[in-house]
Amino acid sequence: MSEILEILLSLGDKFAAHIVLSASAIGLGILVALPLAVWASRSANVSRIALGFASLVQTIPALALLALFFPILLSLRAVFGEDLPTLGFLPALLALALYALLPILRNAVTAQANLDPGVLEAADGVGMTGWQKLTLVEAPLSAPFVMAGIRTASVWTIGAATLSTTIGQPSLGDPIFAGLQTQNWALVVAGCIASAGLALVVDALLGLVERGFANRKRWQSGLGMAAVALGLITALVYQSGGDDEDTIVIASKQFSEQYILAQLIGSRLEEAGYSVEYRDGLGSAVVHSAVASSSIDISVDYTGTIWTNELERTDNPGREIMYETIAVWERENTGVRVLGRLGFENAYAFAMRGDRAAELGVTSLEELVPFGPSLTVGGDPEFFERPEWIAVRDAYGMRFGETRNFSPTFMYNALRSGEADVISAYTSDGRIAADRLVVLEDPRGALPSYDAMLMMSPRIAEDEGIARALRPLIGAISVEAMREANFAVDREGEGKLSPKDAAAQLAENIGL
Amino acid sequence: MVNTLVTPSGGRVLFGDDDVTTLKQSQLRRRVGYVFQGIGLFPHFTVGENIAIGPRLAGEKLPAARIAQLLTLVELEPDVASRMPDELSGGQRQRVGVARALAGDPELLIMDEPFGALDPITRDALGEKVRELHDKLGLTTIMVTHDMAEALLLADRVLVMSYGDLVADHTPRELLAGKGGEIAQGLVAVPRQQAEKLALMEKSGAAS
Repeated sequence: MSEILEILLSLGDKFAAHIVLSASAIGLGILVALPLAVWASRSANVSRIALGFASLVQTIPALALLALFFPILLSLRAVFGEDLPTLGFLPALLALALYALLPILRNAVTAQANLDPGVLEAADGVGMTGWQKLTLVEAPLSAPFVMAGIRTASVWTIGAATLSTTIGQPSLGDPIFAGLQTQNWALVVAGCIASAGLALVVDALLGLVERGFANRKRWQSGLGMAAVALGLITALVYQSGGDDEDTIVIASKQFSEQYILAQLIGSRLEEAGYSVEYRDGLGSAVVHSAVASSSIDISVDYTGTIWTNELERTDNPGREIMYETIAVWERENTGVRVLGRLGFENAYAFAMRGDRAAELGVTSLEELVPFGPSLTVGGDPEFFERPEWIAVRDAYGMRFGETRNFSPTFMYNALRSGEADVISAYTSDGRIAADRLVVLEDPRGALPSYDAMLMMSPRIAEDEGIARALRPLIGAISVEAMREANFAVDREGEGKLSPKDAAAQLAENIGL
Repeated sequence: MVNTLVTPSGGRVLFGDDDVTTLKQSQLRRRVGYVFQGIGLFPHFTVGENIAIGPRLAGEKLPAARIAQLLTLVELEPDVASRMPDELSGGQRQRVGVARALAGDPELLIMDEPFGALDPITRDALGEKVRELHDKLGLTTIMVTHDMAEALLLADRVLVMSYGDLVADHTPRELLAGKGGEIAQGLVAVPRQQAEKLALMEKSGAAS
């Protein structure tokens, strides 16, 4: 309990970012929804189209909607120039504002449609202009219902804003995602308490405003609005205080190894006198673009990932050539500096429980093929869309009976509990040794290598101080050392470490 | 049509010498008091604010004394001004509706089935009151009603419409004397027969 409290108290900057993001999204939603509602109340066609569009948006999962803005903004760079941010605040704001649209719009349209026709006739009869009718009669009479819509939108938005973590916008989703990956439930609970608490408080305050409108008590709505404004201003002040141009932003994707390496890099830089900030839990697909656009400064990426996703290559020229080619390609095309390889690989591999593999007599992918149709394969959410899977499928003619997606952490649990027979494991994963898993051999070389590389954004590419601080990490981390650190974070119970502590232990193990 | 809430499909409506469609809509409506069955008091305004709305739209503030005077005119207590419309009975609300229509010193008062939703006693009393105000303030009033008795008792001139056509234009006395054609006489016959039946009932009741 005290651990959760401690985490909650350390969430100040996430809290502020979450509040500013949610408030901006709701504000933008209101700004778009209200004029649209007025227009819709005067035209049945507009009403149908606007409500239809808002409902359609609502059917898109929030996570997908957030991710969709990355390619959209990327293509809009052709119009607005290269400075248009594609990650972080802007896409999160746009996606959440779209999400907030429906409840506000629907309530406003319904409120307008249910206005007493006698009152509207009287408004015309006493000689109100269209504008006077809107401001003196329609708006005040609709206000309580519109407010109810804004309340609903606010609760939704505050909840959905936790997902903006995945596109690089700090929010209360940071501890939730980090906790889910490292099985640190105190982090998850703290994140949930914080965002749910925020939603409840905002709901109560806006409820006060709504009742103030309904009972025509100005002080009541005034009080609610003042409290909301005060919270927002506090968040803004808090946030503006924390921003610093010289801060080095270190990114991590959504798995333990990335959290640990980010901490390791961060502690090296802090020792060298730099101030650092962590952007944890980014979606794997956005990290490269983020570092290329200097939205973040340092990331650890893998040769196989860059090879297929960025160079769009499907061939497999071997480990060394792959790395050399990527380093040159990055320098020439994105301005990203590849400082070097850390020394270990985190490749995709197929793994089975030892007893199960022995039972079937399987040691390689080739031998697995005949059993495929009777087995269930588990993969991380992106695996079955990745070229690695397609390469394996085509090279071996591999077919599985059932295909299931798990988050990386739950994938190993599924294997243990028998919900999956084979999983797409990672070679640096500590659970391979801990769970006594058998990694199936790949005799046809279908799976490319995944050397971990240190990437520096164009903004800091020339900074020799940073390069000097990080160079001792190059070639220093063996796959065994990485597995041990990963397992310390991923395991449960005795000996479980936070990514920060695991990073410290790793540094010690490799002699730094 | 007179205050252009409905646009004529043909013909013209003259207000004074002007075609109403050529006048500025909101200004025309402020010169015409409008009372209708739906009453349409603004529920978020007090009674006083409701009465003062017309002048307020024209940029004038109606003094409290004038509001009190208008309320007295429709036989309501001046302190009703601070109450909200939903605290009033239907009859009281329509009295406020009449006061609101009169607040801007209109050149014309249009009453569209103003008493349709009221109980018969209130309806009768309010009808008398409006006729009295009409005389006292020297108004021009157009009242639309389905009730021929109401029309005959309150109006100086009765026009009968049937499916959009004017079929009779007479004084109440002329109508009672049998003028105006079949449709108008059909309408006059209803209250007349009702009155005769009631008179007969009274007589037979007295005899028994």
